[in-house]
Amino acid sequence: MTISREDIEKVAVLARIRVDDEQVSALENDLGNILDLVDQLSAADTDAVEPLAHPLDAVQRLRPDEVTETNQREAFQAIAPATENGLYLVPRVIE
Amino acid sequence: MQWDIVIGLEIHVQLATQTKIFSGSSTAYGAEPNTQANAVDLAMPGTLPVPNEQAFRYAVMFGLAVNAEIERRSVFERKNYFYPDLPKGYQTTQLERPIVGPGHVDIDLANGETKRVRIHHAHLEEDAGKSLHEDFHGMTGVDLNRAGTPLVEVVTEPDMNNAEEAVAFAKKLHSLVTSLGICDGDMSQGSMRFDVNISLKPKGSDTLGTRTETKNLNSFRFMEQAIAHEVERQMDILEDGGVIVQETRLYNGDRDESRSMRSKEEANDYRYFPCPDLLPVEIDDAFIEQARSRLPELPDARKARFKEQYGLNDYDAGLLSGDAKLSAFFEEAVSHGKDAKLTANWIQGEFSARLNAEEKTVTESPITGAQLGDLIVRIADNTVSSSGAKKVFESLWSGESDNVDAIIDAQGLKQVSDTGELEKMVDEVLAGMPDQVAQYQNEDDPKKRKKMLGGFMGPLMKASKGQGNPKLFNEILVKKLGG
Repeated sequence: MTISREDIEKVAVLARIRVDDEQVSALENDLGNILDLVDQLSAADTDAVEPLAHPLDAVQRLRPDEVTETNQREAFQAIAPATENGLYLVPRVIE
Repeated sequence: MQWDIVIGLEIHVQLATQTKIFSGSSTAYGAEPNTQANAVDLAMPGTLPVPNEQAFRYAVMFGLAVNAEIERRSVFERKNYFYPDLPKGYQTTQLERPIVGPGHVDIDLANGETKRVRIHHAHLEEDAGKSLHEDFHGMTGVDLNRAGTPLVEVVTEPDMNNAEEAVAFAKKLHSLVTSLGICDGDMSQGSMRFDVNISLKPKGSDTLGTRTETKNLNSFRFMEQAIAHEVERQMDILEDGGVIVQETRLYNGDRDESRSMRSKEEANDYRYFPCPDLLPVEIDDAFIEQARSRLPELPDARKARFKEQYGLNDYDAGLLSGDAKLSAFFEEAVSHGKDAKLTANWIQGEFSARLNAEEKTVTESPITGAQLGDLIVRIADNTVSSSGAKKVFESLWSGESDNVDAIIDAQGLKQVSDTGELEKMVDEVLAGMPDQVAQYQNEDDPKKRKKMLGGFMGPLMKASKGQGNPKLFNEILVKKLGG
């Protein structure tokens, strides 16, 4: 299985990772190898196998609807790059 | 060319749990920014989500109320995208195995018909935070209090064919979730948000046209306007021979205009995959039966009961049964006031008008159902006239007094219904208006006579200081004037 340069560039955009042309060539090779490995798994006959949502054979525990958290804004905002009036500030985004 | 309109809805319903879907942070509305956003909500490294049982119970109650199958084993997926109000970089949601499977809701239309709208599915997911684009020195402020609030997203089949049906469905859903008590229904606080998918196709065609999605409508009025706006936009394009671009649009209700947010080409590639942090959730029969036992009376059943128990007509029963709080108010009033039709009229008239004028909800009403009931008793037994009753209502509303009889006494609103006394007043007034009396008696047209009768009422009401019973005055007048 091969992966195209366009695929790599698209995935990089989605992941917000900057890759230059040289890196794309290297990734073409590396990701291609990984996909080849996955391809080998595809050879297994899974027709009779239920898709697995989670590798553990266990069921999720649920929590009662009770407030257990207290306000720790100060602690969290102490490590934030920028805050104002209790808000976290980030570079301007408008969609 | 004639077009068929095809509408499907996606509705985000904020669940009225105390805490978030995956953390023990409070979901109370209106707190100081970020005081209810803790380690899990902020996606701090090393934190793990633990789902809220109540969110599942509410989702199951919703599923039962829309006649849907409940998925016994539901799975959470990650929907990946980057936005500052989504700290994890993905929204935890359900895609392949949503908790609520196919169901349906019946809506009543203005022409008296009932229409079935199918529910495709409903799933549990978490809400995002809020971005504030006001002036923060060119930066965006982020409040994550809402991040992680549990939502049920309801997805319908494209079964609606005009704005009336879509709004009727939206109102029905609002009435359902508030009656269930799983959502506070406060649209101004974003408790319910609607996305509308619209497409047009040539009348009678079987092939669906390209659809657009108009996002985040938070009132029934905006929804109706946005649909009208989008239908017109698409019709203009199609009739000019153009093609509809599949896209997401934003509607500005204040300006009645919309703009494209993103097209299909730019559509996010969400790369869904099962969330490794969460195991599948299994719902057993006991859980479902317990949820079923908590189902309250639902709007359809309540409407039928209102018709049966109080003899209300379909229209009154429909209006009073939709909102659980209004229904409770009505029933409290009727238990005091007895006369159901008169109570229904006052609730839909004076009471609703005042709530709307002051933008209040039923629970914020300064008068209680019992007080309105007491007033209805005094109207029904002729103690006060309808204009007097409005004055009593006014005093109750302003909080001047909370006792109907005390207000009637204090303001002298008691009607005079003593026939002898009223006859005396009529005699005096007629004696002072000989010309009008002669004119009346020379008139043959019963319609004109009826109208002329009104000319005597003003002076009579004045003579009785507004306290004469108008109905009795009328009877006496007709008798004295000779038919």
